[in-house]
Amino acid sequence: MTWLKQFLGSNIGLKVVMALSGLGLFGFVIAHMLGNLQVFLGADKFNAYAAMMQGNSLLWVARIGLLSMVLAHMGSAGVLVLRSNKARPVGYKKHTFLSGSYAVRTMRYGGLVLLAFIVYHLLHLTVGSAHGEFRHCMSDGDGGLQCFAFENLVKGLSNPAAAGAYIVAQLALGLHLAHGVWSLCRTLGLGNPRYDALARKAALFFGALITAGNCSIAIAILTGLVHL
Amino acid sequence: MNLTLNIWRQKDGRSAGQFETYQMNDINEHMSFLEMLDVLNDKLESEGKEPVAFEHDCREGICGSCGVMINGAPHGHLPRTTTCQLHMREFKSGDNITIEPFRAGAFPVLRDLVVDRSALDRIVQAGGYVSARTGSAPDANSVPIEKDLADRAFEAAACIGCGACVASCPNAASMLFTGAKITHLGLLPQGQPERYIRVDKMVAQMDKEDFGHCSNYGECTVACPKGISLDVIAQMNRDLLVSQLRGRSTEG
Amino acid sequence: MTIQLKSGAPEGPVETAWARHKFSMKIVNPANKRKYTVIVVGTGLAGAACAATLGELGYNVLNFCFQDSARRAHSIAAQGGINGAKNYQNDGDSIYRLFYDTVKGGDFRARERNVYRLAETSVNIIDQATAQGVPFAREYGGLLDNRSFGGAQVSRTFYARGQTGQQLLIGAYQAHAKMVAAGNITMYARHEMLDVVIKDGDARGIIARDLVTGELKRFVADAVVLATGGYGNVFYLSTNAMGCNVTAAWRAHRKGALFANPCYTQIHPTCIPVSGDYQSKLTLMSESLRNDGRVWVPKHKKDCFDPATGKVGRHPNEIPEEDRDYYLERRYPSFGNLVPRDIASRAAKQVCDEGRGVSYNGRGVYLDFSDAIRRLGKAAVEARYGNLFEMYQRISGTDPYVEPMRIYPAIHYTMGGLWVDYNLMSNVPGLFVLGEANFSDHGANRLGASALMQGLADGYFVAPPCIGGYLAEVKPRPKSTDWPEFAEAEAAAKARIDRLLNVKGKRSVDSFARELGLLMWDKCGMGRTEEGLTEALRRIPEIREEFWKNVSVPGSNTGVNQSLEKAGRVADFLEFAELMCLDALERRESCGGHFREEYQTPDGEAARDDENFQHVSAWEFTGLGQRPVLHKEPLTFDYVHPSQRSYK
Repeated sequence: MTWLKQFLGSNIGLKVVMALSGLGLFGFVIAHMLGNLQVFLGADKFNAYAAMMQGNSLLWVARIGLLSMVLAHMGSAGVLVLRSNKARPVGYKKHTFLSGSYAVRTMRYGGLVLLAFIVYHLLHLTVGSAHGEFRHCMSDGDGGLQCFAFENLVKGLSNPAAAGAYIVAQLALGLHLAHGVWSLCRTLGLGNPRYDALARKAALFFGALITAGNCSIAIAILTGLVHL
Repeated sequence: MNLTLNIWRQKDGRSAGQFETYQMNDINEHMSFLEMLDVLNDKLESEGKEPVAFEHDCREGICGSCGVMINGAPHGHLPRTTTCQLHMREFKSGDNITIEPFRAGAFPVLRDLVVDRSALDRIVQAGGYVSARTGSAPDANSVPIEKDLADRAFEAAACIGCGACVASCPNAASMLFTGAKITHLGLLPQGQPERYIRVDKMVAQMDKEDFGHCSNYGECTVACPKGISLDVIAQMNRDLLVSQLRGRSTEG
Repeated sequence: MTIQLKSGAPEGPVETAWARHKFSMKIVNPANKRKYTVIVVGTGLAGAACAATLGELGYNVLNFCFQDSARRAHSIAAQGGINGAKNYQNDGDSIYRLFYDTVKGGDFRARERNVYRLAETSVNIIDQATAQGVPFAREYGGLLDNRSFGGAQVSRTFYARGQTGQQLLIGAYQAHAKMVAAGNITMYARHEMLDVVIKDGDARGIIARDLVTGELKRFVADAVVLATGGYGNVFYLSTNAMGCNVTAAWRAHRKGALFANPCYTQIHPTCIPVSGDYQSKLTLMSESLRNDGRVWVPKHKKDCFDPATGKVGRHPNEIPEEDRDYYLERRYPSFGNLVPRDIASRAAKQVCDEGRGVSYNGRGVYLDFSDAIRRLGKAAVEARYGNLFEMYQRISGTDPYVEPMRIYPAIHYTMGGLWVDYNLMSNVPGLFVLGEANFSDHGANRLGASALMQGLADGYFVAPPCIGGYLAEVKPRPKSTDWPEFAEAEAAAKARIDRLLNVKGKRSVDSFARELGLLMWDKCGMGRTEEGLTEALRRIPEIREEFWKNVSVPGSNTGVNQSLEKAGRVADFLEFAELMCLDALERRESCGGHFREEYQTPDGEAARDDENFQHVSAWEFTGLGQRPVLHKEPLTFDYVHPSQRSYK
């Protein structure tokens, strides 16, 4: 397996790790958004969805999978940033970007914002310690689970500061994906001009979609459209 | 026109460098950028001062020798233009022009604006060739090649090895340079036998030279005086992935 | 010393001469090859191809170039293409026809057997380059495309858009890179050869200066190959790269190698004219432009450049048809704008001498595409010449789709060079000279798309077996850089550098290069006269003297010192220029690129004198300021019989 070790240690190998983990995480945020959009279907449906997720025996497998993807994504990014700094030890006095979009220039910082957000989000709506009135799922006495995800969500995002943090983070996520989804296609070898144009558009589309979808929940709660 | 130049001066690789300011008056707008530097150097030389060292040779945009950062862009801001083909009519009287060497750990400064780009040669030496012993070649028309494929190979082969891609890349990556060679040879039937060993070796050499990675900023393709497409990098990534998945007969 | 100039070309039928010659040469035993070291100076087509091939064969190769990489030599700038007698177009081409065209195009001043070998090898070059992955232009069927070039009647030119030289050089560079990685070539980039070291009469090494550290280094070998290009920069303004120089060839000449036909220089008719005193080089626009562009100047002087005011009269677009003189079409009705390079160049000079030039300083003529655009449409013209038009616009700042281009001839290639025999070996045993640096194959005028062909023929196919034959004869010999010959050459090189640094005068190096260049262009350029050449021979030593008194070479001999590099080259040009003028003076005829105004036909064409000048003039150095000794190698023509070229 020396070939794999060598490959994963190379710059392109690390980028492939970033691309694959990014792809997995991208799939997750799509699914996550679709799940959360059920908040518009009412408290019962939403809580039932939460109960289904919480009660799933694969929950921890998924969580470990997600965590390892985040770690792989961050770890490879970290190594690449260090190598990149080494690749240009002396910078320019004057440097202008010729084309690079805002999205690509903010990938690193956006990534850090997202990391902070993930921690907050977990404490806020999963662990509940960053949430004043969080209620954990409990047994419904019938072999199932009773969850209060709807209440937790609505109460949590009724706080304008918390909602604001969610919105900012979703903007960052959208920006990250607008470059990231296209970039991962290229890292995985998609370079045909015809499909590349498609990948570029798809990245923008999904970036906007995720931002819009997730923000709609926060805004709906803030404006009272979704309420207890 | 009158210009103020801020030029990086550095005696050699071991010395620290600094910017020096030169006032240039009555510059003719039809001069090339390098001819403008010639005027400065002519003056410095006749005053017994050491002229500004810069690399240049053909002065027609093909040898790849020249290349400096001009106001933060390799070869200046005019698209698809080498430094030697940039003319002063692109500037305005009163402009301040900052001139720096290409910066990368793999491109150590030798003097002033001259850097050592031999790392790029070593990447080619690692595998950027088709092994065809002199005299062993079959008739040139024995292998027809689809025109579109030959054209794509040509587009990639247009690289002049100036290093602007490295200079412009925020990660100081040489992916465009290496990808161009891998694409050029990898698309042609003649390049097939060594296609995967080539990509393995060239990519390994790139890392060894401490070039950075590709974040798909896309700066390189804009900075490239020959407009080499970013697609060559995707092609290299693809070939490398395929190469990893194929394995080798020598394994296991 | 007495020198017998013998080409050593085999007798008998020309078609089999090279094959017979190759068979007659000794071969080095494969196991012995690594015992030999060969120095190759230069990494252009000839140098890189030769180094790569010798490396493949198993010799130890030490390869040198002054540029930062082996991929930069000026072969890279050749635009048009490379000839190959493949007859892929079925238009009647053959090796014999290419041979015939080249001998005739060279105005019967080249060796027949060398030229035949060149034509014969041309087909192998195309195969070799294709196998290396050179992306030649192709047709939709996937086969190689050809074009007709430089007025040839057959389509035998292979090309890769306008970058044929680049693609061929990169092909050779890649083969070379492989050998560097294999350890068979040791590459010394940023090293400039300053002298050749001769021991017991044989070339055995060189002194090179490391251009990064300034250190002088000694390199010993069994043979030395010079592939160091031409001397066009003696004119200062030329299409050559800034670094092109005569130093290696001149230093070898000073050590005894004969310099042949230095007066044969080629002027390319379509270059972008000079735009000011600061100009550092001239840019060539591909000759293919003449296929559709029409060359003209105004009929009346009021529309031309006026030296009194420094201005050009009416804008070309305002000059009506009847006030234009399409002088090539008028003088050469059958070839029109497609007459050979030397003729088109001279005609441009003549109209400008009449005071009918346009552009800055009156040295320019119009090349007009308005008819082509009307006839074919802008899109078609763009498809054919788009990249050239773009290049023109970038340099000149005017749009050739809207107004005529301005063009003027410029020095482009030098046919003269160190004398070599059929083995490409100079009269100094073990000193081989390849490509533009030798004199051998183009006679007095080179045909379009033949320079790339010769460089690669020499490098890939001709030199390696000949060098092998030489090495097999001399056997492996002891090698040492401690020989007194090395110490002597190094001391001389060092003394010269110290002398340059210690003049500490007031004039820049370029100012001397410019002064010499102007003089040479004026007196030894497109039209040469006894009076002008005599004047030049008087002036050159004066400039040289002034140079050694008043040049300013700042800095020291340690580290990068570009002034010092340039100064060394200019100093050699200042010596070489004298030989060039002398050769031009002594060749009292006009032939090819050498036009003596006293020797022309009544209608202004070159008048050759076969009776007195059907020979190679090879000059022997006898000391600076001393008259060199002329050795003549007579030329015989068994196949292509000398005739007057006619393009009317």
